[in-house]
Amino acid sequence: MQVDTQELAERLSLFGCIQCGKCAGGCPVSMKTTLDVRFLIYEALIGQLPDPTHMEELWDCTCCFTCVERCPKDVKPAELIIGLRSLLVENGTIPKTVTDALQGIFRQGNPLGFAREQRADWADGLNIKAAQEGCELLYFVGCTPAYDLRVQPVSRALARTFQAAGLDYGTLGIEESCCGNEVRRVGEQGLFEMLVEEGKPLIESTHAKRMVTTSPHCMNTFKKEYGLSGVEVMHYTQLVAQLIADKNLEFSKKVEKKVTYHDPCFLGKQNHIFDEPRAILQSIPGVKFVEMDRSRERSLCCEGGGGRMWVEGTNMEERLAFQRVHQAADTGAQVLAVACPFCLLTLEDAVKVQKLDDRLQVMDIMELVNLAL
Amino acid sequence: MASSQKPAALIIGAGIAGIQAALDIASAGFPVVLVEREPSVGGRMSQLDKTFPTLDCSACILTPKMVDVGQHPLINLMTYSEVTAVKGEAGAFHVTVKKKPRYVDEDKCRGCGECATACRMTGRISDTFNQGLGKRAAVYVSFPQAVPLIYTVDPTTCLYLTRGVCGKTFKCKDACPSDAINFQQKEQLVELDVATIIVATGFDMMDPRQKPEFGYGMYPNVLTGLEFERLCSAAGPTGGKIVVNGQEPKQVVFIHCVGSRDPHTGVPYCSRICCMYTAKHAHLVRDKLPESQVTAFYMDVRAFGKGYEEFYDRVKHEHVLYRRGEPSEVYKRGDKLIVRAEDTLLRKSIEVEADLVVLATAVVPRADVAEVAAMLELERSPDGFFKEAHPKMRPIESSRPGIFIAGCDQGPKDIPDTVAQAKAAASSAMVALTRAASSAK
Repeated sequence: MQVDTQELAERLSLFGCIQCGKCAGGCPVSMKTTLDVRFLIYEALIGQLPDPTHMEELWDCTCCFTCVERCPKDVKPAELIIGLRSLLVENGTIPKTVTDALQGIFRQGNPLGFAREQRADWADGLNIKAAQEGCELLYFVGCTPAYDLRVQPVSRALARTFQAAGLDYGTLGIEESCCGNEVRRVGEQGLFEMLVEEGKPLIESTHAKRMVTTSPHCMNTFKKEYGLSGVEVMHYTQLVAQLIADKNLEFSKKVEKKVTYHDPCFLGKQNHIFDEPRAILQSIPGVKFVEMDRSRERSLCCEGGGGRMWVEGTNMEERLAFQRVHQAADTGAQVLAVACPFCLLTLEDAVKVQKLDDRLQVMDIMELVNLAL
Repeated sequence: MASSQKPAALIIGAGIAGIQAALDIASAGFPVVLVEREPSVGGRMSQLDKTFPTLDCSACILTPKMVDVGQHPLINLMTYSEVTAVKGEAGAFHVTVKKKPRYVDEDKCRGCGECATACRMTGRISDTFNQGLGKRAAVYVSFPQAVPLIYTVDPTTCLYLTRGVCGKTFKCKDACPSDAINFQQKEQLVELDVATIIVATGFDMMDPRQKPEFGYGMYPNVLTGLEFERLCSAAGPTGGKIVVNGQEPKQVVFIHCVGSRDPHTGVPYCSRICCMYTAKHAHLVRDKLPESQVTAFYMDVRAFGKGYEEFYDRVKHEHVLYRRGEPSEVYKRGDKLIVRAEDTLLRKSIEVEADLVVLATAVVPRADVAEVAAMLELERSPDGFFKEAHPKMRPIESSRPGIFIAGCDQGPKDIPDTVAQAKAAASSAMVALTRAASSAK
């Protein structure tokens, strides 16, 4: 297929690139695959991009945005990868698993192949109010936390926490649809725009002052790409840390565990939320908190973002999650705490594959909070 | 003609720029008031070990000039002092200088250092002159060649001055053979009339914690270039031995452009000196530790000055490996630091082991540049440095008539350019002084 590289370079302002290599140098997958975003930019600039249909490594990018964060010249290297993926989407030459996920979102509002009618099943028995009737706090659950059996306890723990703190909150129930964060990042700009067109008025119609998400991925797109008005978007770690600080949430039990924390890319690197998750963990009675060497801005991506939950990528033998769980185990921690459903799934899987499950348990911060309530 | 009747110049800052301008103006027969806020003259240059590209010892070429400003009959040296107000206009400025109390009588102190040896805080105070790499007492001289060689009690760390009590007796007072310690000293305000002013207040280095990916402040073996200067200096905390974590490093990595050329850190400009000081540092490592492996990561090498490209060539021949790519991250694996980068010439991401990482951090305006600019009523350019009246045709004049700028307060520059600009500022000031002298007749 033909690529109009000049148009790409103009649209993405690639011309400011000084080829310093900081993007590829910090790219978490660049040591294990042939993806080199710095060189892609160069090829785009000189008009010699190869045919992207043959670039399998385009699907290796996790959209962790380390490259974007560290670029000294505001080039946004990852956006070139997203741009190339969108050409493949238009061309219809994308991995089948991605097509399936996108079709699921288009038809049922989720990429996991479940029916829309089941979206609120996680909340059975919790008597959560419909946000459409009006509420102060809108809880946006997200697809994986709503459907995935491993993640549902996180959503339930959050709901119980809101109840314990006496918050006036509600959810969109089965009307809630995928936020589209990964949809945009796999290059399906059209579907993403459709999701915004439907989701934005639905969210705004609740007149909620605040919206809290389970996933940093949902928070990211709502905050940066939806143009929402009248509602403050936050991640649950921000809200829960505030509840604890204001003494609106008090713990009654001890959790005697040594815990380390993995910064999710969409929460940490991309939105600079580093302190709140740590504040929550450190306030749980009994928790002994330890840091990994690579933490905060230097956290290692788990490889679950940017559509990577739906596509394996090249070199699936050397998963970053494997490295990451060993780093966590090396601290002597019994629990690797996370604050993102994708991190929870990728890291828990890695713990099993690496046979660390006798030493290390992966838990969402909310699961630890729930144990202490 | 009595010199006291001649119009005088005020020079703010006694680094190499202020020192050179003071010597030129005084040598022409005009009186100079040289105000320095630190206890000694010398500025940043006194912190350097060798100078590029000639490898002259910085102290060896600077110290004679420091001594000269200390002894020149027409230079009124006011160290440990700060200009607090400048009123009036070109030809007739009225200046207020705050003389901070040293708590040491300047006329009595002989610089013997008995007070510092006796001080209860000896070896416990972070040595700012050594960039925090060494320890000193609460009463101190910045470095042995200080001018004037007069001790100063640090009011922020002296037990008596911070807590009102220091044991039963003052150890420093008891130890001083000339009875120079005087805790009764008070701040003094000195009023001066001068015809012209040169501002030579220098620069700071960017705090590399602004680039958390490099692990500065987290790993003791990640240093800034200025810290590394002190480590190399024979007068520094290790006596010139390159030792980190108690060991000589075997693998040393230098990282160029830390913060520079990056609008996100507020430094969109090239800091101009880092390529060359890094080449010099790399040379020093190869010279002092011949078994070491030295890698310098760069994005462009800018060796533009006289003898600079030749020096870069020399350093490469000394087996310093230059690899093209700006590192993205430093982390730890076992006992080693790992520098993660893309070698852009290889088109490959790499991990390089290091025992020591030195960051070539950006040159930035002084932390208090905004207050100083407001006090002097000077404009600043978008990079934060003092603005010249015209970037090409009037590069020495500030935005306020009668006030000239010299050295790194106008923008990053090396020592040769600083000295040249200082001499230009002295020349401009002398025009103003001559004009003031003739109009007074």
